Amino acid sequence: MVSVNTNGNSSALIQVRGLDKTYWRGGEQIDVLQGLNLDVDKGDFVAFMGPSGSGKTTLLNLLGGLDVPTSGAVSVAGDEITHMSRGRLTEWRARHVGFVFQMYNLVPVLTAYQNVELPLLLTRLSRSARREHVEAALAIVGLRDRSHHFPRQLSGGQEQRVAVARAIVSDPTFLLCDEPTGDLDRKSADEIMALIEELVSKHSKTVLMVTHDPVVAARAHTVLHLEKGVLVEASKPRENAVAGGGA
Amino acid sequence: MKFSRLILANLFRKKVRLLLTLGSFAVALFLFAFLAVVKDAFNRGGSLASANRLVTINRVSIIQPLPLSYGDKIARIPGVQRVTHDNWFGGVYQDEKNFFPQFVIDPENQRQVFPELLVADDQWNAFLKDRQGAIVGAATAKRFGWKIGDRIPIKTTLYGGGAWEFNIDGIFHGQRKEDDETQFWFQWDYFEERVPERLKGLAGWYTVKLDSPDDAIRVAKAIDAEFANSPYETKTDTESAFAASWVKQFGNIEFLILTIGSVVFFTLLLVTGNTMAISVRERTGELAILKAIGFKDGSVLILVLVEALAIALCGGILGLVLAVLAIPVLGAALNGMLPNLILSKSMLAAGIGFALLVGAASGLLPGIGAMRLRVVEAFRRI
Repeated sequence: MVSVNTNGNSSALIQVRGLDKTYWRGGEQIDVLQGLNLDVDKGDFVAFMGPSGSGKTTLLNLLGGLDVPTSGAVSVAGDEITHMSRGRLTEWRARHVGFVFQMYNLVPVLTAYQNVELPLLLTRLSRSARREHVEAALAIVGLRDRSHHFPRQLSGGQEQRVAVARAIVSDPTFLLCDEPTGDLDRKSADEIMALIEELVSKHSKTVLMVTHDPVVAARAHTVLHLEKGVLVEASKPRENAVAGGGA
Repeated sequence: MKFSRLILANLFRKKVRLLLTLGSFAVALFLFAFLAVVKDAFNRGGSLASANRLVTINRVSIIQPLPLSYGDKIARIPGVQRVTHDNWFGGVYQDEKNFFPQFVIDPENQRQVFPELLVADDQWNAFLKDRQGAIVGAATAKRFGWKIGDRIPIKTTLYGGGAWEFNIDGIFHGQRKEDDETQFWFQWDYFEERVPERLKGLAGWYTVKLDSPDDAIRVAKAIDAEFANSPYETKTDTESAFAASWVKQFGNIEFLILTIGSVVFFTLLLVTGNTMAISVRERTGELAILKAIGFKDGSVLILVLVEALAIALCGGILGLVLAVLAIPVLGAALNGMLPNLILSKSMLAAGIGFALLVGAASGLLPGIGAMRLRVVEAFRRI
């Protein structure tokens, strides 16, 4: 269950309260997010939409502990992350967040297997345990047979699958996907979205996704619109998709 | 090591750049090793000098002679155990490029004053009986393929010119690896017989063996006082001080080597620092993703530093291996202009230390840059 108007106590997995983010650019103050509240339960699949500059990626960065808010609080599974030190926040990210980016961001000199293994290098897992996890993650994304291929030997869709495998290999609390289909053709985009849906339905992952594409957004349980730094609407995705002419 | 694959993969990311950086390290370390052995060769006289030996030369300059009669007077000074005199011959074997040091020696006292230079008794006795006899150092004998019984000509330009004939009666060896085995000794009587009249009865310098090193200052002062206000005033120093002043004749070698070494160091630092900075800048996105997925600032710094150190270590070892192979060849090519060029273990260790220092210094700034990289800003840039 996703809620944008709450500001009291809740048992939601992710709780955002009064979140502000302000940038100063060329002496001008830009209020990217203003007093944002949000609750996301475990197993939810949320899509954030909105025009460029509306603060979608900023919100994702704040939820993922990559950036710090000007004011307000973000709690995930009971951890208040906004006041964590840089070092603790890094540790927290390693345990709780899986990232999927538009440009895949794989390390080009490592194979698919080695890219997926990267987050596990920070754990105490043995080499054989790491192998089990990596092979399981690659199996979920359907790329076990490509594990020794380098990113340049894979298609864009396959690269993004490797990025998804890297995001889920350490079994994080939730996934943050920033335009995961933005650089893919429609067929590949559909495959990635099917994969993300499978992660939510079969593996009970919580997914928060930023997208410009209403067709992609329609596959989420909930679509939230960000306009001028404010979450203005929470709607049923199917209705939105129909209204927007999508599938 | 869990991160070794990542480090190796990053190292081999741009193979040409890696080879060029390794090459610059190798050349710099080769030069470092060469400068170190040259400096050592120049300074070895001081380190090998015996603490209980003094050298007495003419106060004006070593090229001014001293009377032979001084030997007995020096020997009478309390604390003096033995005195021997020498002269510089300055010849070449067959060709100008075949230079090596030849000394006219005092056969009666040579072995007692320089006991570390060993000659077999039978060879020494044969030498004593042979007016044209010569004892040659093992290095020079090897260089020219001389053996006992050979008769060899040495050309000189100092004492009337022409070639002097010698019989090789013996070969001496140093007790220590560093001892100078390039010298060539021959009889004082043979020298006296052939030099012009005006040069007879004169020695180049005296070497004085003391009863105890503790007497060095007192005996040196006593020798110089003995000949003060005479036509041939003396200047007496310990053997190590004499060796140091001899080196100074060639200019400030230490300063020269330090200057060249510093230029090499800073050039290498700039080259490798620039390479590492480019390498890190190219990977801004990858470093950002590493940090996003949980690599700490310190881990990223260590990754960059280990990369820089690995390049430095491999390039350094390559340069030092080249030096080990090439320095004996270069030493031979110098034709005895310098004592043996010896690349010691301590020089190799210093070379590795130097390489690691440059590696760490060159990796530090880019590493700190990577450490301070803010993920959000990095993603905004790529």
